[in-house]
Amino acid sequence: MTAPVTRRSLLLKFGIFLNAVAGLALAIPIVGYLLSPARRKRMEGALTWVELGEVSAFPEGQVRMATFRNPSTRPWDGQTADIPCWVRRTGPSEFQVFAVNCAHLGCPVRWFPQSNLFLCPCHGGAYYADGSRAAGPPPRGLFRYDYKIENGRLQIKAGMMPTLGNVIASRTTPGEPCA
Amino acid sequence: MRLIRSTLDWFDARLKVGTAIRETADHPVPSRSASWWYVFGSGALALFLLQVATGICLALVYVPSADEAYRSLQVLNHEQALGWFVRAVHGWGSNFMVAVVLFHMAQVFLFGAYKYPRELTWMVGVVLLVVTLGMAFTGQVLRFDQDAYWGLGILTSIAGRVPVIGGRIVQILLGGPIIAGETLTRFFALHVFVIPGLLIGFVGVHLWMVLKLGINEYPMPGRLVDKETYVAEYEEMVRKDGVPFVPVAFRKDLVFSGALIAAVIVCAAVFGPFGPGGAPDPTIIQTVPRPDYFFLWIFSIAALMPPSLETFALLVGPPLAILALLLLPLWAGVGEKSWRRRPVAVLVVVFAGLGWATLTHFGSTAPWSPVMDAWSALPVPAKHLQGRSAVVRLGALVFQNKQCRDCHALGDAGGRRGPALDDVATRLTKDQLFRQVLQGGGNMPAYGTNLSPAETTALVAFLETLHPANEPPARDASQPTTPVR
Repeated sequence: MTAPVTRRSLLLKFGIFLNAVAGLALAIPIVGYLLSPARRKRMEGALTWVELGEVSAFPEGQVRMATFRNPSTRPWDGQTADIPCWVRRTGPSEFQVFAVNCAHLGCPVRWFPQSNLFLCPCHGGAYYADGSRAAGPPPRGLFRYDYKIENGRLQIKAGMMPTLGNVIASRTTPGEPCA
Repeated sequence: MRLIRSTLDWFDARLKVGTAIRETADHPVPSRSASWWYVFGSGALALFLLQVATGICLALVYVPSADEAYRSLQVLNHEQALGWFVRAVHGWGSNFMVAVVLFHMAQVFLFGAYKYPRELTWMVGVVLLVVTLGMAFTGQVLRFDQDAYWGLGILTSIAGRVPVIGGRIVQILLGGPIIAGETLTRFFALHVFVIPGLLIGFVGVHLWMVLKLGINEYPMPGRLVDKETYVAEYEEMVRKDGVPFVPVAFRKDLVFSGALIAAVIVCAAVFGPFGPGGAPDPTIIQTVPRPDYFFLWIFSIAALMPPSLETFALLVGPPLAILALLLLPLWAGVGEKSWRRRPVAVLVVVFAGLGWATLTHFGSTAPWSPVMDAWSALPVPAKHLQGRSAVVRLGALVFQNKQCRDCHALGDAGGRRGPALDDVATRLTKDQLFRQVLQGGGNMPAYGTNLSPAETTALVAFLETLHPANEPPARDASQPTTPVR
């Protein structure tokens, strides 16, 4: 037996309905607000060309550290927006620019020119000078940035922390030869 | 005295909580449950209250901005009066809280407290463990130094391994494409608003169930839990043998909680605050990031796991472990409670404890990491140089200069990533040494392109001398013996 619809029961239902609508009208923008960092537009816009300096600052056959200011910053980012990278010059206009983040779990790899290796202090990952994996737990070689040379200045396409989910460069060949 | 009484009565006439408080205090508990084994839960609660109080104090000064956080921590440590002490109490309090929560869990597991009708109490407890660890991790992030920065990098790299949506999860975690301003503010919001809110809510539910269902009776070997009869038996036991919670059980809780907080204060005063370490500047890469002690075991697993299993273990392992804990009372909700008749349960706790301790030990020594300065900081033991030929000494120089020492120990000093080389000549022949150096393998990089033929010859000549005086070097049995140099 259904209860007869009265003015009072209708008011209750209308109250529930009104709150559901208001709740939805609030929930949708809040979810959008929370998920906004993962919007495709924002992710694609994150990568832009940044300058690392004169090409002549990077001697041929050597690996040097360069730093750049991350292109998308907030005024309160402070030092965290200063991002380092490893620049290896292999020819007059040939470069390899590696992210410092180890492909294993993101710790900063250090360059040892004596043994021509990048070594990671966290879990012992090791990479050869060309960025390919030499030893340890990393599942791949170092992440590489796309680069170009404009007016004698080296530029890389950067702006995102590289992870296995965000491989920053388009030209990185995943199957680089390992020893 | 009469004034106090009448004031209290005035309030209670309006608040109407006096009866509830009295009933809670007087509610009978089984006399044997008023035991020193039953003090860990209230101890964890006391530590949580301490964390709330000191956390609010820290929030008065701390600035949750990537630009300012590190400086505000320095101000807390060095300029703000007693700021160092409040930071120290908060830091030590968190370490104690994680430890006490784990002890509490082990105790209720061994005493079968998760069995009928307290299954949900256990499940909420598992959630509380996860939430407590969440507090510990986010708190470590707010101590915004190098370890916090690279710890976030590790979290990010793990999240990035999620198939398909990994990249998006990273963006949401960091609040943007890199670890920066918005990363710190969202971890601040988690640590200060979201997770404490969850913690308070779940602690309320947990305590409500403990009060309504009654505290677990002290298990007796052979007294089995039967869903048909348990509740009646428990009520009978409490009626016959119950003691009021206050003061019989409460006084032990009180003593333990007081001792815990005193211990936190002593540790804080003696050992001081944790960090902050180096500035959170990603361009300073001369750093050896390490997590706080309660996450060192995960750090170890990440190093020791075979790479092929790693993504699976990092992404699926923790949810599976939590699910197993959640489902435990549904799987083993009746029967024997006493640990004396549950050898498997005892073994699980022993192995979990030993595993945890072992992994934590490895995590704190990190034998898998190259010792980054061993090549330039450690001398070659003199016995390997005295009276040796020029080529051997040159080989020793190559050994140091090419950072071999970072991964290989000599005379018990150096890296532990690869085997110690004090007696390598007894294991590998000259030809095998050449092959290993040039081609690498067995998780060693190949040095073929990095060494000149002269350097390689010298290095192998040096390695050939590394054998005990009374043990000859290995030789190739297919070759005629040559006199030992």
